[in-house]
Amino acid sequence: MTIRELIKQLDLSVYSGEQALDKEFQGAYCSDLLSDVIGNAQEEQLWITLQTHKNVLAIASLKDICAIILVNKHQPNEDTKKASNEEEIPILGTRLSAFEICGQLYQLTQ
Amino acid sequence: MNKYKADLHLHTVLSPCGDLDMSPTKLVIQAKRMGLKIIGISDHNSTKHAELISRLAKKEGIFVLCGAEITSKEEIHLLCFMPHPKSLKMLQRYIDKYLIKTAHSPKNFGEQLLVNEHEEVVAEEEFLLINAIDRSINEISDFVIDNGGIFIPAHINRAAYSLLSQLGVVPPDLVFHALEIYKYSPLNLVNEADYLKNITFIQSSDAHYIPDIGKATTDFYMNKLCFSEVKMALAKEQGRYCEIQNQTKEI
Repeated sequence: MTIRELIKQLDLSVYSGEQALDKEFQGAYCSDLLSDVIGNAQEEQLWITLQTHKNVLAIASLKDICAIILVNKHQPNEDTKKASNEEEIPILGTRLSAFEICGQLYQLTQ
Repeated sequence: MNKYKADLHLHTVLSPCGDLDMSPTKLVIQAKRMGLKIIGISDHNSTKHAELISRLAKKEGIFVLCGAEITSKEEIHLLCFMPHPKSLKMLQRYIDKYLIKTAHSPKNFGEQLLVNEHEEVVAEEEFLLINAIDRSINEISDFVIDNGGIFIPAHINRAAYSLLSQLGVVPPDLVFHALEIYKYSPLNLVNEADYLKNITFIQSSDAHYIPDIGKATTDFYMNKLCFSEVKMALAKEQGRYCEIQNQTKEI
């Protein structure tokens, strides 16, 4: 499934990285600890988190994360959005909690 | 009693987010220019520039707290300073043992360079220094304090990597010498809650760039420039104390 299709299915907002929405993702990882993501996330996964600072993008780039979904209506900082556009890693958003969005995403992809 | 201007939170070119200009040599020049008498060298998860800076700074009459800004398992940043070269080596070995090792990526995080006093690159840190170490905040506190060091949770009210961002509270069982408040904070924050009343607060620049050195400081009132006096001032012992200097809110 592409990110574009996912946005439609789960009613996600798009904060940045609009030029890269046609990428396909493979699964997802949910964590707010950056060291945990560094250790355990896989390439092409979506990353579900509430962290909004610039290091999120540096780590997403390091791990070849497909896109980031911010939960609980969190919004990325300006420098995070800038990095997102440069790295072509979209930042999406939902008003739902991590539990809820993960549940929906999981259902959708099984 | 003398007054000593202190900036206890400085990064060098070794920290991946530290500017390439933050060489030990240039850092000391700027510290002197800013009238600092005490500086804390706190690179992310590394002490490797501290002793060189201590040597260079001593020639300028500046006292250096040698240590690191350690990232705990909870991803809280902690200023850890050790009293002498032997205990500093122990701290470095502790970090080396517990750092969660992942290959550094200069493209994503910036360079991690070790330089000498002539600003020549002597080595590059191979492991990502902004990763966490596999020890909890209490374990790190115990280690530092048991070995005579100074332990100060960094920028506790910052939106990321702080006691309050990661835990929501200052844990009542945590042992520390002081709490550092974030450089952009208004100072009345420290008076807000009752349970904060007896805590020593400091403020520092967290400088990653030369111009930011000494932009937020704390004045130490003590008899002479040495580690034990700094400890006494943080503990408000025998008349020594420290006080956040009034700074403009925006740096």
